[in-house]
Amino acid sequence: MAFESTSALALLESWLASRLSADAQEWYNKKRADLGSDREFFLAFALVPRNLGKADLELTDQERSACTDWDPSNWTVDQAARIALLLAGPDQSFIARLEKLCATGDVGEQITLYQALILYQNPASLTQRAAEGLRSNVVPVFEAVAHRNPYPQRYFDDAAWNQMVLKALFIGSSLHPIQGLDERANEPLAATLIDSAHERWAAGREVNPELWRCVGPFINTNRLEDVKRALESDNPLSQEAARLALAASNLPEAKMLLEATEDKVLSWEEIHQALRHV
Amino acid sequence: MSEDPSKSNEPIKLIDPHVHMSARTTDDYERMAASGVVALIEPAFWLGQPRTTVGAYMDYLSSLVGFERFRASQFGIHHYCTVGLNSKEANNEELAEAVMEILPLYLQKEGVVALGEIGYDDQTELEDRYLRKQIELAKEFDMVIMIHTPHRDKKRGTSRTMDVLKEHGVDPAKVAIDHNNEETVKEVLDRGFWAAFTLYPNTKMGNERMVEIVREYGSEKIFIDSAADWGVSDPLAVSKTFRLMNERGITKADIEQVCYHNALSCYGQSGQINEEDWLNPLPVDQRNLFHGNSVLRGGQTPRVDEDSLIIE
Repeated sequence: MAFESTSALALLESWLASRLSADAQEWYNKKRADLGSDREFFLAFALVPRNLGKADLELTDQERSACTDWDPSNWTVDQAARIALLLAGPDQSFIARLEKLCATGDVGEQITLYQALILYQNPASLTQRAAEGLRSNVVPVFEAVAHRNPYPQRYFDDAAWNQMVLKALFIGSSLHPIQGLDERANEPLAATLIDSAHERWAAGREVNPELWRCVGPFINTNRLEDVKRALESDNPLSQEAARLALAASNLPEAKMLLEATEDKVLSWEEIHQALRHV
Repeated sequence: MSEDPSKSNEPIKLIDPHVHMSARTTDDYERMAASGVVALIEPAFWLGQPRTTVGAYMDYLSSLVGFERFRASQFGIHHYCTVGLNSKEANNEELAEAVMEILPLYLQKEGVVALGEIGYDDQTELEDRYLRKQIELAKEFDMVIMIHTPHRDKKRGTSRTMDVLKEHGVDPAKVAIDHNNEETVKEVLDRGFWAAFTLYPNTKMGNERMVEIVREYGSEKIFIDSAADWGVSDPLAVSKTFRLMNERGITKADIEQVCYHNALSCYGQSGQINEEDWLNPLPVDQRNLFHGNSVLRGGQTPRVDEDSLIIE
């Protein structure tokens, strides 16, 4: 289900209503009633954290269930209020305001804006904006687009998707929080990732075990050698990742290779968690 | 000689409340963090050569609240900034007008602790006009002001700046007058302003002189900074002066006032810089730049890898 911007606004405001103090709610209502002028809007947007705080939303399971594949479980009060103010303004001002906010945003504002892409009107038209977020050198901004965000899965073409996955690995971010990672796996991505693994091996660097997740379904006879290399590496997480990749392959040789290994397979989530705690 | 605080187990905490990190390398960030710098303030200034378009100005301000903050965080340093139209570029009227239009977009961003650095350079009519306009803007937004005092004709320029602030009814407790020296300090303190000193080789203060100023004027409303930028300057100036003051018998309490607490008190009035930010960082998640790593964790041993403490 795609969110209509109006229903997203209603949802955000209902969450705020049950969390804001009376004073904070009054401040919000006052700003919400005066969104016609750009100056007032930009000031209100900037002032949200000071007036409403930055507490976690901590959504209940019931609230969370209204969100389908949109995952706001990490959202905070200020983020919800900022997006609500952006959505509540005049429709014709929306794009210009979004662009200006992105161009002038501080780190917190940029994270907020990018993680809400899915809630905006006509999200399919915002792929360039999303790609700009991925170009950021600020890792949390990159992750606001890439992680816990259904936008890339729904709206990116393969080229943009593949760049995102490759960059996530390149900057030392993780793959597991990318939504649709398995569904959007594709042959050119697998080829690029194998190339990048070769580059890293040539340079004597570690290959992130998560890389093999996007390779598994596309293992062919050539790539089997590469997976084998991961299987035989010193890193137990790489060995586990290689087993998972083999398990995702239909290639008979892959199945044979898998059967010859120990019968212990972690999940990708467990590998992700283990990597985060290294 | 008092006990050397750099040898004690308690980690040194320093703030450099004026340093232009965009012009510095990651080596500098590393060395500053190692020397005990937990937070710094990067005032908006010129880039060594004038900007000619408002777009260039916006991109610069965006980087101060964006990428530079992140860059600092990678070294465990909390980055804050000030936003304003500097006196040099105030002399380009067309640019200055355009910058005044966009400044309100930045004044309330997270981590913006003051409007500044503003003041006089050549003390021209245009500099005066935009100084006054920005003082009014700071009042409208209830902001702390960081004042740059001129290199040339400093004493008169500093007095004149304070006259203008008074004329506009600004509370001196909400103003830091920077780049002071022996000639300006008394009037600044007498009039109730914060007096900041820049330890910058050759053109501003040397730190042996600084020790004597603290000895004479105490530590109540004085703090120090490096103002390190794209010129020959020293991003370790605060930590070197910390150690020099200690070697020369300034009390620990005075040293800590001058190298940490006073800058925090002055700019803390913005509500945008708070000790909690580095003493009790938030837990790990993608919204936070700092991933829960207290910079003071694990008994970090501050150090300075320099032979000489003296800045001349």
